[in-house]
Amino acid sequence: MATRRRRRAGADATAGWMFTLPIIIILGVFLVVPVLMAAWVSVSDWTGRGSPFSGDVSFIGLQNYQQILAEPGLPQRDFGVSLRNNLYYVLLVVPLQTILSLLLATAVNRRAMRGVGFFRTAFYFPSVTSAVAITVLWLFLFSATGPINKLISFIGLTGPNWFQDPRGVVHVIAGWFGVESAPGALTSPGPLGVTGWEWLAGPSVAMFALILMAVFTTSGTFMLLFLAALQALDPEVDEAAMMDGANRFQRFTRITVPQLRPTVFTVVTLGLIGTWQVFDQIYTGTQGGPSKTTLTPAYLSYAAAFEGQRWGQGAAISFILFFIIVALTLLQRWALKERGGVPRRRRAAARRTRREGAPA
Amino acid sequence: MSVMTTPAPAAAAPRARRRSRMGTGTAGLYLLLGVLALIYIYPFLIQIATSFKTDADAASTPLSLIPSSWSLLAYERLFAHSDFPTWAMNSFIVTLVVTLGRVFFNSLAGYALARLDFRGRGVVFALLVAVMAVPGVVLLIPRFLVINTLGIYDSYAGMILPLLADATGVFIMKNFFESIPRSVEEQAQIDGASTFRVFWSIVLPMATPALMTIVILSFQGSWNELNHFIVSTQSPSLTTLTKGVAQLASGQLSQGSQYPLKLAAAALMTVPVIVVFLIFQRRIMNVSAGAVKG
Repeated sequence: MATRRRRRAGADATAGWMFTLPIIIILGVFLVVPVLMAAWVSVSDWTGRGSPFSGDVSFIGLQNYQQILAEPGLPQRDFGVSLRNNLYYVLLVVPLQTILSLLLATAVNRRAMRGVGFFRTAFYFPSVTSAVAITVLWLFLFSATGPINKLISFIGLTGPNWFQDPRGVVHVIAGWFGVESAPGALTSPGPLGVTGWEWLAGPSVAMFALILMAVFTTSGTFMLLFLAALQALDPEVDEAAMMDGANRFQRFTRITVPQLRPTVFTVVTLGLIGTWQVFDQIYTGTQGGPSKTTLTPAYLSYAAAFEGQRWGQGAAISFILFFIIVALTLLQRWALKERGGVPRRRRAAARRTRREGAPA
Repeated sequence: MSVMTTPAPAAAAPRARRRSRMGTGTAGLYLLLGVLALIYIYPFLIQIATSFKTDADAASTPLSLIPSSWSLLAYERLFAHSDFPTWAMNSFIVTLVVTLGRVFFNSLAGYALARLDFRGRGVVFALLVAVMAVPGVVLLIPRFLVINTLGIYDSYAGMILPLLADATGVFIMKNFFESIPRSVEEQAQIDGASTFRVFWSIVLPMATPALMTIVILSFQGSWNELNHFIVSTQSPSLTTLTKGVAQLASGQLSQGSQYPLKLAAAALMTVPVIVVFLIFQRRIMNVSAGAVKG
């Protein structure tokens, strides 16, 4: 028996490595090695010709990073603008998609309701389509003579030429109040060579259309996450609150939402990671235009390397973006640990007391 | 519950009022859901309708769901005068191979991590966790570099092999295998079956639900993949649907708006994922649920 077990252990060791080898090789060759190669390129002066490891490519230290982050010039300004564009995208998409998906999930969280399956499918449907297909549709919906502007014309207004309109939404609103140009304090170049007035421009009208698209396509996926969490909730807590005379709105905000905290954090984390990676939509729809107002760091890194042949800068932007995403993820993890854990523990404790305290 | 079913007489009146308010509440909910569903679905109906319109009709009556004159021109042009069939074929080839590859490699690795006791398992597991944190879009330049160095740029190998790297799938399989009782394999092991034999003929057939999850995720993922194909290919004969339609949309391949043509292409490329969605609808609605809990 002992020998057999030993033989089994030996076989396990061999088989273990044999079974995991394919995935280790694939992950190593196409994930780990590429990151190391890109790290080298980001500190080199490679121009895309020949191998990045040949003799004529030299180490230039952090010059690429400096050009993007510190030296006034086009690369720095482009990066600043792309950061601004993506920041507004994140600031609008993440809260909107979280709130909308929570509301959708609450609305369809009724087993007894007739047609609930149809509604769930309808809201989830945009999530199965590719970014490319949905962007093509969006370009038409928001074209100058498209369906959205037709709808706007019904109420007597003229819609903008969405994807050609570089005006910042905040600037447009400021314009309604007579503020047409930058106040003196905001005209000098600020962080990353972008003026304060430009930083405060808000998303451009074109970017705003993309923001609506992101909310439209992701709300269904996140609705499913909230739906799963809602169905795992203990209905007794809600019933107890109902008995105490809490109305539906109070029960939703005071009872349901606090219990959903872990899911809210999951959705916000996934949202943050996803919204900093906007690429497909830009490649398909706007290529960064109009006037660079839909440029994102992800697209900028691609354009710098593959179109501008500035490979070092492109790789450097990738790494900066990587650090932004990792930092935000860690921040979320930390916040989740700090606050998200408490309600869960409290809920378990409540369940325990109820079980123990319940009369037989 | 017993408290609820035996109401005190005094509470009867308010209860009746509440019931009638719930009636209007339900009607209101239906109205709200109906409007929302319309917002979510109408764009796709417009898309299909517009693909059967003429260019002029698409611009003049963008909201109508019935073309003033039906036109199949967009579809004719796609199939007879564009590379659309080539794109579709490439997408099918890549998606099929990637899905099969992921099913096989993910389940192998997942089984090893769940069941086989081997030195270095912790390291492999740590590697998986680490690479899962790498966001895909920052790999654009890095992947091009390695594909180029390996000499598989502009080939099916360059398109397919990197997409086989799927740490999430390994996790799904690992979690599933851990939920199967060990006793199932022990009998076969006593009978002297090899580890691969136990895995292949006994454990894997039991893992169908998890394998279906991998199939759905891989199919959707590789069918909808765009940025990897941008950096791994350049020749028109290797263009996939996503890349081809993206270039069509951005005007790299055509001129003018041509909305019916673009919308037809976008609608057609969505059909396979819709089919997969409809087949696995029930399971998809639970995939995410499992992901949250796990």
